[in-house]
Amino acid sequence: MTDEHPATDGQPASYDEWLDAIDAGEGFYLESPAGVGSLPPRRVCPETGSTDLTREPLPEIGTIDTYSVVHVATPGFDADAPYVSAIASFGPVRITGVVRGVDPDAVGDTTDLIGAEVRVTVETRATTDDRLVVLRPTDSSNDG
Amino acid sequence: MTIVRVAGVGLTPFGDHGDRAGRDLFADAAAATIDDAGIDRAAVDRLDYGNFMGALAEQQGHQAPLMAEAAGLDCSATRYEEACASAGVAVKAGVEAIRAGTADVIVAGGMERMTCLDTGAVTDALAIAADELYEVRAGMTFPSAYALMAQAYFERFGGSREDLAHIAVKNHANAVPNEYAQYQREITVEDALDAPPVAEPLHLYDACPITDGASAVVLTSDEYAATHGLDAPVSITGVGQGGDRLALQDRDAIAETPAATAAAETAYADSGISAADIDVAEVHDCFTIAEAMALESLGIAGAGEGILAARDGKTTPDGDCPVNLSGGLKAKGHPVGATGGSQIAELTRLLRGDHPNSEHVDDATTGVAHNAGGTVASAVVHVLEVAE
Repeated sequence: MTDEHPATDGQPASYDEWLDAIDAGEGFYLESPAGVGSLPPRRVCPETGSTDLTREPLPEIGTIDTYSVVHVATPGFDADAPYVSAIASFGPVRITGVVRGVDPDAVGDTTDLIGAEVRVTVETRATTDDRLVVLRPTDSSNDG
Repeated sequence: MTIVRVAGVGLTPFGDHGDRAGRDLFADAAAATIDDAGIDRAAVDRLDYGNFMGALAEQQGHQAPLMAEAAGLDCSATRYEEACASAGVAVKAGVEAIRAGTADVIVAGGMERMTCLDTGAVTDALAIAADELYEVRAGMTFPSAYALMAQAYFERFGGSREDLAHIAVKNHANAVPNEYAQYQREITVEDALDAPPVAEPLHLYDACPITDGASAVVLTSDEYAATHGLDAPVSITGVGQGGDRLALQDRDAIAETPAATAAAETAYADSGISAADIDVAEVHDCFTIAEAMALESLGIAGAGEGILAARDGKTTPDGDCPVNLSGGLKAKGHPVGATGGSQIAELTRLLRGDHPNSEHVDDATTGVAHNAGGTVASAVVHVLEVAE
């Protein structure tokens, strides 16, 4: 055992770096030569086994594949509830996030979110200061 | 290949066991299965034990030797953790060990304590079966993960909350005579539709309860059962396990469970049955939508038809293939790490004829147990048959 940590130069991107990049408007995903997308940290393409992963720009606009209005949250999201959770496709990758800019009470009754276009941003939870992946419909205002 | 017999089954009642320690619950189930099997404790070669959240609920790691000790077993012991499929993989490991000839007598099962945690802490504990970076930090809960699957299912195949309600109504009715069930009471479709939302489209009666409980079965080789005169008419003739990407966002299909499909195909090939041979099934209905998807993976229902099976009467007690006659996770209860063993125990009782609901499957010879982990990133299927 040693107190020295190995150098991180040349290491694959971390989850936090991925959040930083989205926050800076430079979101990315990893792509193997076969065109399979994945998200970091990742050393091997989970489908092809290729280790030749390149950073590709995340498409600016995604579309919601499925969603849920969460009423019973974990303690870490207590003050966020009710909130809308969704999975959206951005090119060859999907991203899970909290949908902001829509009224959770209207979702499912008057608002069908499947197919809705969204942008991904990094914001903070209402409950804690933790960073949160947020999906904002492109046709919504920026409040909420 | 060595035939593996289910020589005994043991369960605690499922529900709220208050301050009872996990080791006490498992000792209870183990004593029951050893008594049911009519074997000597000293004959047990090993313990295969499932548990998911014991490190959080009881601050207890390294549980397997503790459980062996509590059960009075002097043998090697291993804990298996595969979220809600923990006991299912424990039973599978036992079957494989007997087939390999490395053991003749095995106790397999599991235990979970959950009611000692408040709802928030249980929600936190269950969430760790999901991807911590991309799902939990993004606000996903165990119910909301299945809600995302349900919404995707509705979009792909159609279906409604009312269809899901019929699954809950069926499983509650099945639990009424089951002495081990947490909720021995019926509900109506209206009750389910009017229940408060948990993660829409799923409401309270779409979800399994928070449960304490333990399960244990005694598995023996066919030769051991014969030479020791054990009354063990049910055999495990097929096992299969499948896997998938952990996070829903990384899967090709959100409205289907290919890990369970793979597990079923392997188990059916192992036993030489087809889906048409299944007389009765215990499936992993942690949420109503999970039963719909399980039926499709098992081949009991076609794609998009699983959600209608209860409503149409196919899986009700007088239907072609009764499903979850125990009450299922929905009404019998879901002590996460014990559930897979409970399914084997209930299916064995149903096939032996000593289950309160055996009358509905008088002529049944083939049963299937389907146990899933998380959002079915792991799945185990067992085929049980009444010996010729």
